[in-house]
Amino acid sequence: MSAAPKAAIALLILLALVPPAAAAIGDPFLTVIATRMAVFAIAALSLDLILGYGALVSFGHAAYLGLGAYAVAVCARHGITDLFLQMGAAALAAALFAAVSGAVSLRTRGIYFIMITLAFGQMAYFFFVSLSAYGGDDGTALAARSTLFGRAWLENDTAFFYMVLACLALAYGGLDRLVHARFGRVLTGTRESELRMRAIGYRPFRYRLAAYVLSGMICAVAGVLLANQTEYVSPAYMAWTRSGELIVMLLLGGVGTLAGAMAGALVTVGLEELLAGWSEHWRLCFGLILLAVVLWSPAGLTGLLRRLLAGGRR
Amino acid sequence: MMRSTLSVFALCAAALPGLAAADPVKVGLLLTLSGPPAVLGEHARDGALLALKKLDGKLGGEAAEFLVTDAEGKPDIAAQKARRLVESDGADVVIGPIFSNIMAAIAGPVTEGGAFLLSPNAGPSVFAGEGCNPDIFVVSYQNDQPDQVMGEYASGAGYGSVVLIAPNYQAGMDHLGGFKRTYDGDITAELMTQLGQLDYSAELAQIAAYQPDAVYAFLPGGMGVNFVKQYQQAGLSGIPMMSSFTTDETTLPAMQDAALGMLSSGSWSPDLDVPGNAEFVDDFIAEYGRVPASYAAYAYDAVMLLDTAIAAAGTEDRDALREALRTVDFPSLRGKFSFGANQFPVQDFYLTEVVQRADGAYATSAKELVTADYVDAYADACTAE
Amino acid sequence: MANLFLLQLLNGAQFGILLFLVAAGLTLVFGIMDFINLAHGVLYMLGAYLMAMFALETGSFWLGLLLALATTLVVGLVLEWLVFRRLYDRPHLDQVLATFALMLILSEGVKILWGSAPLNVAMPELLSGSIPLAGPLRYPVYRIAIIVAGLATAAGLWWLIARTRAGMLLRAGASNRPMVAALGTDISRLFLLVFALGAMLAGFAGALVSPVLSVDPGMGDSILILTFVVIVIGGVGSVKGAFAGALLVGIVDTVGRIFGPIWLKLVMDPAAATQAGRVLAPMLVYLLMAAVLSWRPNGLFGRPS
Repeated sequence: MSAAPKAAIALLILLALVPPAAAAIGDPFLTVIATRMAVFAIAALSLDLILGYGALVSFGHAAYLGLGAYAVAVCARHGITDLFLQMGAAALAAALFAAVSGAVSLRTRGIYFIMITLAFGQMAYFFFVSLSAYGGDDGTALAARSTLFGRAWLENDTAFFYMVLACLALAYGGLDRLVHARFGRVLTGTRESELRMRAIGYRPFRYRLAAYVLSGMICAVAGVLLANQTEYVSPAYMAWTRSGELIVMLLLGGVGTLAGAMAGALVTVGLEELLAGWSEHWRLCFGLILLAVVLWSPAGLTGLLRRLLAGGRR
Repeated sequence: MMRSTLSVFALCAAALPGLAAADPVKVGLLLTLSGPPAVLGEHARDGALLALKKLDGKLGGEAAEFLVTDAEGKPDIAAQKARRLVESDGADVVIGPIFSNIMAAIAGPVTEGGAFLLSPNAGPSVFAGEGCNPDIFVVSYQNDQPDQVMGEYASGAGYGSVVLIAPNYQAGMDHLGGFKRTYDGDITAELMTQLGQLDYSAELAQIAAYQPDAVYAFLPGGMGVNFVKQYQQAGLSGIPMMSSFTTDETTLPAMQDAALGMLSSGSWSPDLDVPGNAEFVDDFIAEYGRVPASYAAYAYDAVMLLDTAIAAAGTEDRDALREALRTVDFPSLRGKFSFGANQFPVQDFYLTEVVQRADGAYATSAKELVTADYVDAYADACTAE
Repeated sequence: MANLFLLQLLNGAQFGILLFLVAAGLTLVFGIMDFINLAHGVLYMLGAYLMAMFALETGSFWLGLLLALATTLVVGLVLEWLVFRRLYDRPHLDQVLATFALMLILSEGVKILWGSAPLNVAMPELLSGSIPLAGPLRYPVYRIAIIVAGLATAAGLWWLIARTRAGMLLRAGASNRPMVAALGTDISRLFLLVFALGAMLAGFAGALVSPVLSVDPGMGDSILILTFVVIVIGGVGSVKGAFAGALLVGIVDTVGRIFGPIWLKLVMDPAAATQAGRVLAPMLVYLLMAAVLSWRPNGLFGRPS
């Protein structure tokens, strides 16, 4: 086993220490940032399953983030406020959308797959933009956060943070087992050589579709948590730029390693927070950092770390 | 006791250069300052900063600090930044935002965190009726009002038929709805365009075929620039064009002659004859090199309102400050100004026309008073007391 | 009504040609060098801004156009030399990330240099005004100029790729790079030129549309996605495909937006038709792309990969 699981566990522990640290230095806002980091880490993990292990570059993944968020709004309006029921509804909606769009999209490859997933993402986006009942493009504010067993425990930011962290740990643990199980090996196999997998009797399409659907469902759970954190739901969550940001997180962290996906989300959210507080031209700095990473560290931060570690031995 | 200690401390601090005075009034400016629509936020920011400069950096005589924050045009980011301003940075008041969708996202975090929200532009109906909030003051207008005023004007001007055009999204629907509420002529057609649409030649051909008495458009930002330029190029200048949020000082530099004579409505214009307004416009041009738009004027007003209210009630007693914000008489760039029961303005609305100023710049100019002391359509539903 | 329908078809085609102008450079770089350039949109924006600046400085539209073209060509050369040549052998995703970064850097740079307020470019005297069509309908002269420029660009690209020695080398280099290099051709110089040409085409499109469209920091983003839709529908790397895709997108978008609600009313009740029209209109282009790709997974004129 590589150092990746250790790195992932270190990241989770690091996140878990944020609330006590925030309390110690008297800045409760750190917990809010850490929550956002954890939410996007879940989304990045879900994208890594198909992009990193299946080489399927989805450019419409934010649609699932939005579907999850709207599941909260729709459920809440119909009196269902329980977090787990909402997550179930979100996952179901995402699975349906992913099954239909995946069945069409997975017939294509490369740039065509990128663009057709973008097309489905945009369709979802415009559907919610024209949904007047939920405020159209203005979106709609949630009256309160979701409940757990009928109680409003999640109103407390620290409690909510640990709930999100638990979901992240679960998503990481589950995906880690999955990618090392036969399913993951077949998926990686289809990435390397579709022909060979076919020759030994696998049907790559089924594996790809299953991974695509699962990925959408996990991302929708992240959407449920995002809606709860901001207590607000809007089609902006599924804009194509957001899908692009998810890919950027993944590339920044390192594609095809779960720890890299998490690290990428943490670093991206952190950088955005830091740079935006520093200058309104922060996009310029962010762009320069991205460019430096891609030019000098092809495998993202994970690659950089690996080379640093290896450099010591060389 | 507490107060005297504080003032002793303040005296010491004042005596030591470089040391800030104790506990300044903190005001968060939460505006969209990046991305394509940044120019609106920049006007509001500059208007607010100009006001603070005029007040020597003080609000109601107390030292003040403005925390300029970029809402980035993303509701979730804006909500998070609102929380940081209020919970972490200790802002007492937040001035913002520009866009209605951001307003819905930040209203909760700001008011639940114990701060007041003063909006320099967005005035969505959600907060004007049943959803009105005693901690939210909208200093600009209610979103539907400019459209309703145009509807009234179009009826009075005898335009028997009008073609409506707006992008196909919620705000577009709402603005056309406002116009239809007060317009009593025929609506020949409603053309729904796409968000961010580039080419309007198809819509312009429809308009040319219909030959209506006038056109009414709600096409903010770049969409309006595209439309207005192409409107003139298609030879439609003979058909009067009325609009809201389409031809203002943020887009006119790009439209120039193509927009001359186009009509819109507003409660403020750079040439409005009100004490202090000409000085504000001159100072703004001197400082920032462009003619201020209404976003700048309303943000300036928001700071002046805050200054007068703090002078009257201080910042210690939140209820007293709220009462002062609601009732105080401040030097508004719009002349007379008061809040209705829903804490949206009750104010005069004018017909404005695009003109070229003596200095060559393009601006809106108030032509005639259309509606005096205009109360928005939702105020009656507000029972927050 | 028939007249109007024909006019709207023409309008759709005209919008398509405008899209083709922007897509031409992208499909050239994408098709020949197998390089995904997300920064194409900002190069288009840069062309428009340079046009606005030079036209104002020199007081002449034509001089401004010439200077804007020259400058975007230089910018293309510099970018290729600084960034792109390091990325040719890298996976597509690295190219996406790097050009996304360039997109952020250049659009913020444009904002710092020219501010965030939209700029104006005056129309040249020669091309302003409109000519009468049937009845009250008129057609702007400048639109005809855009159509002519688009057709000329299409013809020029076709000639360059199909009829010149450089084009032959390019086609050969695209399919087998080591082979062409072995024949003694300096492939990297060829790629440098193609890239600079792509950047100049983007800048040309931006400069050309600047009197018609708003020159603002968002103009690159709004066209980038549509441009990708166009080249993907047409089949990546095919100039013929990009042209067909652009016309298709332009016509479907325009005609669907205007006549969609009217046709829907024929088959369902008016309120439902209005609602359905509202939901469907913005999706049309994407539905078109999904339909084309599920029918032909490599686009209309794309080679199977």
